[in-house]
This record gives sequence, C-alpha cells and structure tokens, in this order.
Amino acid sequence: MRYNEKELQALSRQPAELAAELGMRGPKKGSVVKRRLVKLVVNFLFYFRTDEAEPVGALLLEHCRVAQEEPSGFSISFIEDPERKYHFECYSEEQCQEWMGALRRASYEFMRRSLIFYRNEIQKMTGKDPLEQFGISEEARFQLSGVKA
Amino acid sequence: MKLNERSLAFYATCDAPVDNAGFLYKKGGRHAAYHRRWFVLRGNMLFYFEDVASREPVGVIILEGCTVELVEAAEEFTFAVRFAEARARTYVLAAESQAAMEGWVKALSRASFDYLRLVVRELEQQLAAMRAGGCPPPPRRPRALLPKENGCAVWSAEPPAASTGTSTGARSGPERPPLPPRRRASAPNGPLDSASFLQLHEWYGQEVRALRSQWLRSRAQP
Repeated sequence: MRYNEKELQALSRQPAELAAELGMRGPKKGSVVKRRLVKLVVNFLFYFRTDEAEPVGALLLEHCRVAQEEPSGFSISFIEDPERKYHFECYSEEQCQEWMGALRRASYEFMRRSLIFYRNEIQKMTGKDPLEQFGISEEARFQLSGVKA
Repeated sequence: MKLNERSLAFYATCDAPVDNAGFLYKKGGRHAAYHRRWFVLRGNMLFYFEDVASREPVGVIILEGCTVELVEAAEEFTFAVRFAEARARTYVLAAESQAAMEGWVKALSRASFDYLRLVVRELEQQLAAMRAGGCPPPPRRPRALLPKENGCAVWSAEPPAASTGTSTGARSGPERPPLPPRRRASAPNGPLDSASFLQLHEWYGQEVRALRSQWLRSRAQP
C-alpha cells in the first residue's frame, strides 16, 4: 500500500504524547527483545533504534487491543489478527499503566466516541448542542447513530 | 519505515461508517494524467482504491499536518492537499461536481486527529466547568488569533506552481488572514491551551465562510 512516507517521518519528529525507551519484541515467533525509543504521536506509535533519527517503523493504533502481559509489560494486537502481538517491556508497573492508558486513548475512534459522549452530556445539561457554535453539528461522523453499541 | 499495513488495510475496509467516500481524480505526478479512484475517508486516513469494489486500497494519504486548498487547473473542481513538510508530496485531486469538491475540502480540512482532539478538549473543559457549578462561560470573541497547526481550508485561485505554500504575504484581498506559519505540532499541555478552541475555529472558518458567501452570491446571479 502506498503512503506519504515523508509526511509520516515528519510526524514522527513532532512532540509526543508519550515517549520512552522500552524493550520491544516483534510479533514473529522467535523474535528477541530490543531496546527501542517508542513515541506516541496522534494515533501512531513510532519506534526508533535508540541512536537513529528516522523510525524503524510505525503502528497505526486503530482497532487495536492493549493488554497487560507481565508485571510491567504490555502488548498491542490488532482486531484482524489478535494472536499477532507486539510486546513492550517497561521499567515499572506505573510506567506500564501510564502507557496502556495513553495507548487506549490514542485512537481516532476513541476520540470520536469521547466527543459524542461529551456532546450528549452537555446537551442533556443545557438543552443545547455544543457543536453548533463550532459549525460542525451536522457532520455525520459526530452523530450518535454512527456509534456501535 | 515499516508500517502495520495489514491493520491499515483492515481499517480501510471494515464495516464501520466512513466519514466521506466518492470518486475523485488523482493526479499521478507533476506532469502525469489524472486517474479516477474510489476514495474513502476514515478518521485521519484518506484511502484510495482502484475501484469501489476493490478489496484493498492502492494507497493512503495520512492527513496530519496538511492544508487543503482550491487550485486553478485545466481540470474543474480541483483542490490540493499540501503538507508543511517541504519534501512531502502535494496531492492534487479533482471532484466531479462543485458540491462534491466543497464536501471533500471541508471534510479533509477537519480530518486530522489534532483537530478532533481540540474539539474533545474544549467539550471536556465545558463539561467540567458546568459540573463545577454554574453555566459555562460564553464563548470569547476572538482577539489576537494565534494561527497554529493544520486543518485550514484556504481558498486560493492560484495554480499550485505559483503558490509559495505558507508565504503568500503579497496577495490581493485585504480581509484574508495570513496563512499559518510552518506547522508546529501541539504538545499535550503546550501552547494550544492558551488559545481557545473557538478562536482557532473562528480563524479556520473565516476563509470558508468568505468563499461560501462569494459562491452563493455568484449562484444568485442569472
């Protein structure tokens, strides 16, 4: 699949929501743990060799599942292949929880559901649609009907 | 750079409702021909397929840090998706009608994750303020607008070659606000917090409103 790689590289250089050096193990059987600089930017997780400026790779974090693996590790897998897991090792349980929380909130779909939730809550409290003042209340992507139960 | 392409393809073709879809002509390269492709916008990803029934996308345009502009070209209803990154490719696309073009420009300029996050944060703050007691403060009128980030729909009649991206200071139209500076991404607790969302949205929306009323006026004429 073609994609705008230069833009993705530029994105990887933007300030991150979270960044840390973690142990990372790929999904292939027999892969070993490697130290990687892991950076969360919008809905992408970039991973770099610790001394390089360009990322080795990126994971788009849509329809992914973040699960705790050991005392201080977690894994990311994707809905179309749940057994294929990217493993990450943190230095503490606290860091692990921080990453898991951030990754779960990092998808566009999560943001969209949050928006619909807040919109609904505010509408219930005030009787007014808070999106109206922004001129986006009619957008199909923010309608309650679009959200699966 | 490795990318989880299988997951990307799944995201492109899964059952969830899309944010926009339709045929667009995509220019192959600077002097290349246009190819008709089926485009699907989902989140901040603009996928394109050979055809509407194709099972996997030919490619994807990641829409963070882009601006969307009208361009004047031999082809009607043309617009461009441009990135602040100097080496990134500009995508020139053409719709099949005025309405389709407007719909796409609007959708694409608000497609970024950053924009959505802004809206969510603003609503979050409003709700917190309301729960803390009392009505939310009325939206402040924009004063010193701090142009930031991506997601600006700019209506430009200049061809792509003549446009100088973000430095179009010497142009006609005194009411036109300056284009934003080269993209600076937002940090979670960074400078964006100091400019209210409404200020930013007002700024982004000005150009759209100006051109829209222009277009409506031109339609009203016989």
